[in-house]
Amino acid sequence: MEKQIIISIGREYGSGGHYIAELLGERFGIPIYGHNLLDEIAKERNVPVEELRQYDELPKKHLLSRTVKGYSNSPEENVANLQFDYLKRMANEGKSFIVVGRCAEHVLKDCPSMVSVFVLGDRKAKAKRICEIRKMDEFEALITMNRHDKNRKAYHNHYCMGKWGDSRCYELCINSSRLGLDKTADIIEAYVRERLNNM
Amino acid sequence: MIAQIVAAVIFVVMFILIVLDKIERHYVTLGCGVLTLGLVFGACMQSGEAVIETLNFGSIFTVDFWYHAGTSGESVPGINWETIIFIAGMMVMVEGMARVGFFRWLCMLIAKLVKCKTIPIFITFMLMSGVLAMFIDSITVILFLAAVTVELAQLLKFNPVPMILAEIFCANLGGSATMCGDPPNIIIGTSLGYSFADFITNTGLMAAAGMVASILYFYLVFRKEYKKSEAPFDLSKFPSPSEAIKDRKGFIISTVIFLVAVVLLITHAQTGLTVSFIGLFIALATVLTAPRHFGEIIKGVDYKTLLFFVGLFIVVAGLEHTGVLNLVAQMIGELSGGNVMLMIVIILWVSAIASAFVDNIPFAATMIPVIKALAVSQGVDLTALAWTLSMGTDIGGSATPIGASANVVGTSVAAKQGYTIGWGKYCKVCAPITIIVLLISMAIIFVRYI
Repeated sequence: MEKQIIISIGREYGSGGHYIAELLGERFGIPIYGHNLLDEIAKERNVPVEELRQYDELPKKHLLSRTVKGYSNSPEENVANLQFDYLKRMANEGKSFIVVGRCAEHVLKDCPSMVSVFVLGDRKAKAKRICEIRKMDEFEALITMNRHDKNRKAYHNHYCMGKWGDSRCYELCINSSRLGLDKTADIIEAYVRERLNNM
Repeated sequence: MIAQIVAAVIFVVMFILIVLDKIERHYVTLGCGVLTLGLVFGACMQSGEAVIETLNFGSIFTVDFWYHAGTSGESVPGINWETIIFIAGMMVMVEGMARVGFFRWLCMLIAKLVKCKTIPIFITFMLMSGVLAMFIDSITVILFLAAVTVELAQLLKFNPVPMILAEIFCANLGGSATMCGDPPNIIIGTSLGYSFADFITNTGLMAAAGMVASILYFYLVFRKEYKKSEAPFDLSKFPSPSEAIKDRKGFIISTVIFLVAVVLLITHAQTGLTVSFIGLFIALATVLTAPRHFGEIIKGVDYKTLLFFVGLFIVVAGLEHTGVLNLVAQMIGELSGGNVMLMIVIILWVSAIASAFVDNIPFAATMIPVIKALAVSQGVDLTALAWTLSMGTDIGGSATPIGASANVVGTSVAAKQGYTIGWGKYCKVCAPITIIVLLISMAIIFVRYI
């Protein structure tokens, strides 16, 4: 791609945000970073990725953490900061990419080529999708969904000024349950292309 | 009675807010300090005298504050300006040393002297951490040591985590050996009138025994892992230690100031110079010999910690003036039934467990009036209780990643490079040796003082 484009996708658990990111990645021909961001960091620093992955996108445990002169013992916070620094560096190098979660809409807010999207969904539709993918019953799916969303919210709100899922923090908020994942991706793609034309 | 309740509530709220870590701790203690002055001394006690005594400004303008002709006495309740001025002075000196690259130079030099072999680095870095922490705050020691350890680990291909954990533990242990090594010791020393020599011959002995046990423990636990990673290394590829020195002239001056500070501290009982004098002297020596870097050095001073101390001393004075701490002392006395051994067990383990989870500075500051009252009411030797409190608060903090500032900084430096250290990993290594060293200290206290 000639122009740099960064798409940050915040998402509710089960809304298909990651799948939409994959579709957009194929259409724009740019890499997607989610959990795999830690693979890159681990490779670069020559450390085992499993050590980092156990703290990925998790909220800081306040009662078990302390900060001294800006240094925090919280592994969750340190892993998050490693990812934020990596994202900022890639953005400053002019690379184009898609980031799923990881507070990217806040971390890269100063980057003019960043388009921030939040994908939400209807509770029932999300539960149905989780049941299909994770092979669990609806009750389990709802518990899993609540747990993940609670964690994502706590994680996001700890590092960002705005609240997770608050429409004022994103350029585009879209309910993937209404048109389905592919059409939702079409709309986001159209929006991003329009934004690219105006850059 | 109302004053006691208000003072106790303010103290508990302060402790909870410090633990929650949501508001910066200096705001917490200062806010609670203002409440103590206004509500406890003003509204409840209506005692202007208590306010003046607590603010304690008058002490700074006495000769005794700077020079003691004989043995120093116990301080009155209130802001311990001697502690604050000394810590501020040490901060200025350490900033000066860090600016010129002293710590990095020392680490690289030692690594080179042991020919970059993993196990000798492991052992010498533990020793260096302990020795440096006897005179310099453990945060600074770990900040540099952990950073160099990660750098060496990447160069020599070994896992830096066990080494960083061992360095953290030894820094806390080294800090317990001297009056200036750890903030609780500075507060204990200045509040109870003990000298550097008093500490080194009492807590120093326990720390030395603990150090032997710790080196043995860490060696036995990690020798296999480090032997495996001990591959031959081409020493010519190792960066020269002198590259770490950023300002050669400044380096020599900083080293001289540091050595002078060590000599002044060791001999302060003989010379009569107080720690506040030494603190002010080394701070002035540092800034006057590097006038061009004055701003840079002063900017690096952690004024937040100094303000934290000011607020903390006011809140503790509130408890002391209202007699709350006498009640705590009475409770410990009753619980132990006047049995000194039981008293020591209670003080050692309660302070160790408390320090493992909350900041040991407020705990030590609160416990000093308690042990003073206990010594008077139960007729127990105050020194035995003081050394017990010192070891409990200094060593107990090593058990968890949040127990002491060095633990937080060390684990954070490692994590910033991708080496995460969670509670499980930390406690599995450090909690057993914390218990071992506490048991050794307890045995020494029983043998020497009872």
